[in-house]
Amino acid sequence: MSDILRYSIDELSALYRAKKLAVRDVVDAYLARIDEAEPSIKAFLAVFPDEARARAAELDERGHDGSILYGVPVAVKDNICTRGAATTCASKILERYRPPYDATVVERLRLSGAVILGKTNLDEFAMGSSCENSAFQATRNPWDTERAPGGSSGGSAAAVASGMALAALGSDTGGSIRQPAALCGVAGLKGTYGRVSRYGLVAFASSLDQIGPLARGVRDAARVMEAIAGHDPNDATTIPEPAPALSADLDKGLDGLRLAVPAGLDRWRMDEPVREIVLQTVARLAEEGMKPETVELPGMETSIASYYVLANAEASSNLARYDGVKYGYRAGSGALAEMYERTRGEGFGEEVKRRILLGTYVLSSGYYDAYYGKAQRVQALIREQFRAVFRKFDLVMLPTSPTPAFRLGERLADPIAMYLSDIFTTPANIAGFPAISVPAGLSPDGLPIGMQLFAGWGRESVLLRGACGLERVFRFRERFPGPAAGGGRLS
Amino acid sequence: MNERGYEAVIGLEVHAQLVTATKIFCGCPAVYGADPNTLVCPVCLGLPGALPVLNREAVAMAVRMGLATGCRVAGLSVFARKNYFYPDCPKNYQISMYDRPLCEDGFVEFELGGEWRRVGIERIHLEEDAGKLLHDAGGGSLVDFNRCGVPLIEIVSRPEIRSPEEASTYLVTLRRILRYLEICDGNMEEGSLRCDVNVSVRRAGETALGTKTEIKNLNSFRAVDMGIRWEMDRQIETLSKGGRIEQVTNLWDAASKRLVEMRSKEQAHDYRYFPEPDLRPLEVAAEWIEALRRSLPELPVDRERRLRRHYGIPPYDASVLCGEKGLADYFEAVAGAGADAKLAANWIMREVLEEMKSGPAAPRSDPGAVSSAGPFGFEAPLDPSRLAGLIALVKKNAVSGSAARDAFKEMVRSGETAETVVARLGLAQESDSAALEKWIDEVIAENPDEAARYRAGKTALLGFFVGQVMKKSRGTANPKLTGELVRVKLGT
Ligand SMILES: [Zn+2]
Repeated sequence: MSDILRYSIDELSALYRAKKLAVRDVVDAYLARIDEAEPSIKAFLAVFPDEARARAAELDERGHDGSILYGVPVAVKDNICTRGAATTCASKILERYRPPYDATVVERLRLSGAVILGKTNLDEFAMGSSCENSAFQATRNPWDTERAPGGSSGGSAAAVASGMALAALGSDTGGSIRQPAALCGVAGLKGTYGRVSRYGLVAFASSLDQIGPLARGVRDAARVMEAIAGHDPNDATTIPEPAPALSADLDKGLDGLRLAVPAGLDRWRMDEPVREIVLQTVARLAEEGMKPETVELPGMETSIASYYVLANAEASSNLARYDGVKYGYRAGSGALAEMYERTRGEGFGEEVKRRILLGTYVLSSGYYDAYYGKAQRVQALIREQFRAVFRKFDLVMLPTSPTPAFRLGERLADPIAMYLSDIFTTPANIAGFPAISVPAGLSPDGLPIGMQLFAGWGRESVLLRGACGLERVFRFRERFPGPAAGGGRLS
Repeated sequence: MNERGYEAVIGLEVHAQLVTATKIFCGCPAVYGADPNTLVCPVCLGLPGALPVLNREAVAMAVRMGLATGCRVAGLSVFARKNYFYPDCPKNYQISMYDRPLCEDGFVEFELGGEWRRVGIERIHLEEDAGKLLHDAGGGSLVDFNRCGVPLIEIVSRPEIRSPEEASTYLVTLRRILRYLEICDGNMEEGSLRCDVNVSVRRAGETALGTKTEIKNLNSFRAVDMGIRWEMDRQIETLSKGGRIEQVTNLWDAASKRLVEMRSKEQAHDYRYFPEPDLRPLEVAAEWIEALRRSLPELPVDRERRLRRHYGIPPYDASVLCGEKGLADYFEAVAGAGADAKLAANWIMREVLEEMKSGPAAPRSDPGAVSSAGPFGFEAPLDPSRLAGLIALVKKNAVSGSAARDAFKEMVRSGETAETVVARLGLAQESDSAALEKWIDEVIAENPDEAARYRAGKTALLGFFVGQVMKKSRGTANPKLTGELVRVKLGT
């Protein structure tokens, strides 16, 4: 296990500046780690060793120019467009699709000096919570390869957790960054809706999707976020104002922040170790003089219901373009309708088809008001209720996932159980505020458990400050070096 | 009302392509006639991950149309997705507007058969155009996405139109407004103005609406008229025989001049409209609306009324001259340069329009070519002051009508003024009695037989003498004066 793999973004940057390390060495170390770990993890759908080495050479040639991710090896979820390189969404229907343009975030990664190592696995079109809905492979959880890494950004989470990338981009529609981050013991950040451009993110549910970073720690996640955030003239839903200095307050600690925990944790089904860790954390914070108050948290049950209506409705429309006419998979040779049916019937996986059908149904004439209309009204209500919460509190702390990593295949036959994995994460998407998952501890089975923070709209700097504070309380990486440091069951 | 006691209830949905520089949601040029699939990008191709960004110029044009038709412009309107599968629609949904359109509740006015009519406009909304399917001989189909994302406004009338004539006059009126605003070139052959029609019939006097059918693909004023007639006849025929009208969509086949059924009610689409999540609701500030209102030109119907009142020209002339803004501007410039208004109207409607072989209302022969004056330019063959100069000579009888027409052609060719051309070609009308009498005497001397017959009472020969004098004078003799003098000379 190379020491190089242990460095954080800031540490790498300092070493590059001092010319004690070449980007080439770092990239080689990561590529070697991929060679070593990838066969058992299957986090990547594509690795770009040649491009990464060429890029490293170019960066070494140029020298450190102060750009924020100079020489940082990153992985990108495969629903984010990379010019000329397959962007499959882990779907057969886009298996050979190569976009002619880079997503804005990819462009910004390149401009920030990052080195893109490859594209990571996901649940097909980001629909799922286990990464098992990939048409190509099931990614394994680096802490226990019999278990799922979570999803849908499971490939990105597993790559970071196993040290195959220093950071990665994921996308979060209902928790798809935070849940796998929690299950893999890494940090995962979803910004305020509109903070990061969606241009080039293959849409699942446009009004909920946000790209964000997964990294080993909060500080690294903040660095990547700084590189990709901000207004994009190509995405009309991005926030027009420039992103605030996201990491300015990182070290200010938890003192002075008004922190809340949801009242009545017993009401929600969650595994005992998860409940335990919440209680322990509250106790720890109290010891340090911080008394989290309890707050009646709105929209926990209703947001998951409205989430599955809104997200699937948008998905049914967003995924209509995959029809065999222009690109991607095509089946059938006869009449147009036959081509449509066979292309989509054979090209999409079961979960995607299930959601397209659900989404089509809830938008249908005669059902719109009962489902889509109602879900929108619920969404407006949840947003209003959270506005009230954030008037009183800076942060809300709650678990990310009701359970640690589950066994592969365990929930495939039970979509409802799978959907309930998102119960704690969907409010942030439904209401659009920022949220982060921070690794908090291990279950008795040695599986990571994540703690989540919510903050008010546009308050990423407070969110990151709180997350950094929590990180210091948990000291997760020091206590459980895990597979990223060659620990876990991989080494 | 129909001779069999039925009346029609007709509503029009008109799609007008806006002449923005770029498409509605991307930066591709919005122009007609380029090679297939050369004016495309990830956005208008609907590639995975691409997002629309609204073109403000298209909004401004749509708002101007709304204001010109007396609509209420919404401070907040919402784009919506209209979902349907068709290969010319790359996303398989069209970004349009649904329950929160940009403009609502307007009207247009026009005169038909000497009566002023007012047709209500239900709504005007913005949307993107689709691509074009090309069916090749081998049975395959190709698709050209150049047109994808060209901005359209859809103008939906209330079902207040009662006859095919009214429908086509309404359409002409809309087209004229669009062209006055310079937001759509109104070219139906190229498809920049398209029309779908809803038709139902009912017994005169009834207030309930009958079952309506839709006619698509009415791509000329004539097709609108013929298509509606065809469908009215069919419906009246069916009802007269005790049949029922089914809710169908028909396609007008211009080649065979008949309607072809496209889809029945069972096949009707459920478009599953929902708010477009990739675009924020469209906010149009009140100050912007007011600025756009101030930018409106005088509208054709107002101008038509003013021209009649101010210049005393007949309604028909006013309506022809106001058919194009450039034409009306030209008329007023000629009149403003001192020409008699009625003469000016005649000269412009005949000589000038005839001279402009590719007149503004005529289709361009080469669809790819745009005249240097753009789609709204009006390039008159004579500048207003020179035409006014010629008309002044006509008015004071200094040239005859036929000599003036010759002078006009020569002025167009040479660029000279009327006086110069008339002098150079000797086209001035001779009204001097002495000169005329000299020619008359010569003609009488040369034609003694005719003179004798005239004197014997064959006065119909007057024309012969005048003609001979005209010939002798090379067309410059004042024919009226010549006639009078001939009569005197031959003693009648
Ligand atoms: Zn384009």
